[in-house]
Amino acid sequence: MSSFFLPAATLWQRELVRFWRQKSRVMGVVASPLVFWLVIGLGSNDLGRFYSGALVLTVMFSAIFSTITIIEDRREGFLLSMLVSPAPRTSLVLGKIMGSATLAWIQGIIFLAFAPLAGVSIHPMEILPVAGAIFLISFTLTGLGFVIAWKMNSTAGFHGIMNLLLLPMWMLSGSLFTMATAHGVIKAIMRVNPLTYSISLLNYTLHLPNADPGPVLSVTITAAMGLLLVLACGVLAAQKATKSAA
Amino acid sequence: MIQVKNLTHRYGDRVALSNVSFEVKKGEIFGLLGPNGGGKSTLFRILSTMMVPTEGQALIAGFDVERNPGEVRRHVGVVFQTQSLDKALTVEENLRAQGHLHGLSGAILRDRMERAMEQLGLSDRRKDLVEALSGGLRRRVEIAKALLHKPQVLLMDEASTGLDPAARRELSKHVENLREGEGVTILLTTHILSEADRCDRLVLLHQGKIVAHGTPGQLRSSIGGDVVVLETADTKSLAERIEQRFGLQSSVMDGTVRVEIQNGHRFIAEVMEAFPGTIESVGLHKPTLEDVFVRETGASIE
Repeated sequence: MSSFFLPAATLWQRELVRFWRQKSRVMGVVASPLVFWLVIGLGSNDLGRFYSGALVLTVMFSAIFSTITIIEDRREGFLLSMLVSPAPRTSLVLGKIMGSATLAWIQGIIFLAFAPLAGVSIHPMEILPVAGAIFLISFTLTGLGFVIAWKMNSTAGFHGIMNLLLLPMWMLSGSLFTMATAHGVIKAIMRVNPLTYSISLLNYTLHLPNADPGPVLSVTITAAMGLLLVLACGVLAAQKATKSAA
Repeated sequence: MIQVKNLTHRYGDRVALSNVSFEVKKGEIFGLLGPNGGGKSTLFRILSTMMVPTEGQALIAGFDVERNPGEVRRHVGVVFQTQSLDKALTVEENLRAQGHLHGLSGAILRDRMERAMEQLGLSDRRKDLVEALSGGLRRRVEIAKALLHKPQVLLMDEASTGLDPAARRELSKHVENLREGEGVTILLTTHILSEADRCDRLVLLHQGKIVAHGTPGQLRSSIGGDVVVLETADTKSLAERIEQRFGLQSSVMDGTVRVEIQNGHRFIAEVMEAFPGTIESVGLHKPTLEDVFVRETGASIE
């Protein structure tokens, strides 16, 4: 039992210690969604409307940036010694995902500090469901980041992924416009976009408008997506390599 | 302790290892010497369970690297050519994390960490961040890290690359001590001759094949006598003329003609007399592993 949880826990702790020692990272991740949000929100004179979108973007940046380190870590870095240790691959995957998800979560929580600007007031009793929702979203996006990073050989292709997959996914999640007013094709895409359910989940817990498609469906889909991605990570990491260093 | 049997590995069409076999005995320091791209890294990746071979078999401590990688990992410590430390963590934190990956904790882990740091002379640097350490110290942390789970075999990939000669000698001393003190079997890859010379036995790898094997002494004495190196403008014609005149085979490399011969000093006098004005410089040395490599492959190691 300890040979499963100990490696996972140590990797989780490592992510936190590194994060703590590189505090400038926090600024980097929170700053761009914040500027984005202020520009679009103030420009359209509706900060509340874009608040959950900006929060999800913060979480997404954090999750993607910390999982993308896998690419280099595998060739040169700590991941190498993990791969030749007897610790089960699933335990390593779990540790890495939980660590990155925790960081994304912390940064999401930091972004909550701007909630009053959006006209959102969070009752102390509501902190828990909000924090829970942010964690769920962090977890799912970290899983997504991991699956992408594991399959990539270099960070060079990462910009393409960001621009062609992740940002469109975010734009079509209800972060910028609602499903109700969208064109039919866009509406269909939004319906199958798992991130749509993250936005609606946040809107629901923060009492913001556009909490469609409802809390139960949102939680279910976000959680199911997270589990699915983590399983995929486990399967990927367990594969035997015949080619690359990993 | 290590058995490699008919190992072959291909990357697509490119053959990186071709039917390689050798054995390493317990307590040996065994070297894989060869140029970059000779197949050392491929072999290293297979032995360290990072990669599955196309054909053949490798056993470490009796366990098959392909079928039983978990057991192999328990018995093997791996030191990579590239850095595998977390630079944002201290020496101690790196070691502790590694111990946890091996399921070690508590008093046992503390003892092992103390011992490893002591063996590699790191005790007074334990609280330092890895990014603040010199290259030589980082290498020693890498080795300390690889020793925590008391492996029977230590695999080291180009461990002294990037180190200055002093740090390299220091590293060799630590490796030698490990073998003496702990009876660890060590397999290392290198393209540095002085390092290869300190191995008990070695194999020379070139283009994925073993071109020679034995102790450094055996390999060197496989070349009789001396090596004479002649520098000249037209190496090819000089080589031909030496063969006609003296009946000696020579090898041409990098603007020099190399001749292996007993009593090289006499040959030098004769060859200078025979072809006056054609030879620009003359050198004589006792055979090195480089000479063995040149003879077997016609190419240079470095």
